Amino acid sequence: MSIDPALEGREYPPAKPFQVSREAVREFATAVQAAHPAHHDVDAARALGRRDLVAPPTFAVIVAQRAEAAVVADEEVGIDFSRVVHADERFTHHSPILAGDTLHASVRLERIRVMGAGAMVTTVVEIAAEDGTARSTVASSLLVRADDAEEDA
Amino acid sequence: MSTTHSTPQNTAQTPDIAAVEKGQEVGRRTVALSRADLIRYAAASGDHNPIHWNERFAREVGLDGVIAHGMLTMGAAVDLVTEWVGDPGRVVDYQARFTKPVPVPDVVSGAPDATTAELSIVGTVGMVDAEAATVRVDLAVTLEGTKVLAKSQVVVQL
Repeated sequence: MSIDPALEGREYPPAKPFQVSREAVREFATAVQAAHPAHHDVDAARALGRRDLVAPPTFAVIVAQRAEAAVVADEEVGIDFSRVVHADERFTHHSPILAGDTLHASVRLERIRVMGAGAMVTTVVEIAAEDGTARSTVASSLLVRADDAEEDA
Repeated sequence: MSTTHSTPQNTAQTPDIAAVEKGQEVGRRTVALSRADLIRYAAASGDHNPIHWNERFAREVGLDGVIAHGMLTMGAAVDLVTEWVGDPGRVVDYQARFTKPVPVPDVVSGAPDATTAELSIVGTVGMVDAEAATVRVDLAVTLEGTKVLAKSQVVVQL
């Protein structure tokens, strides 16, 4: 069952706001083995002129994937998550995500490319701080594989 | 945790763009991964897809076994750039394609968090834009000599 390209451009209501705690920044930095002191030590972040801990460059994926869940849950799109492979990811940072931020994110279905019986689905998530300042744009592509019966056909 | 409240100023040393040349190596490192690292990343990121922790499930969906989150590989690969540029807030763009899975087998005996996969990362300057004061660093990310990321590019603002 393929994905309907006519759904391209569909926008979804904003995800629940995400509060960035220092603990979340440190925990994520530890998980990706990011040792830079600005992720861990408030004084080190302030020495760089940042208000608080600076999130690692891929931290925005947490917020992006929460927003993308709306697309995965959309029955009209019909993504079978057990057949999904993450194909690519891109972060464009307009201003650094900092501990203390409350982030607002909304997702749109940017592109649907039918590939045989499967499809490449690209979503774009726009992330902004509480005051509206743009933080990050996150583009992510999922390859939705055809099911085995269709692959064999 | 910290021993003193004095802040090391050398963490803020940002390279002078005039001295940056295309082809220059900015850093290299290895990233050791274990099943424990996958679970830690799942918890920190909220990505609890069972292909990253359950062998049976991974095989049922056609993989050879449990694999690392692509985003764990991508997240771990960029730190050498952050270190080089001196400030994570200077990373303005970062992209990658996930071309090969990174299998992280369970350990057969001994410590459950023993390393079972090791990534090698080399960062090289791919482009210098003096006008925009940006540098593109290309990351070569390999597992046992095989590239696992493609078009892995980081743009930093100097």
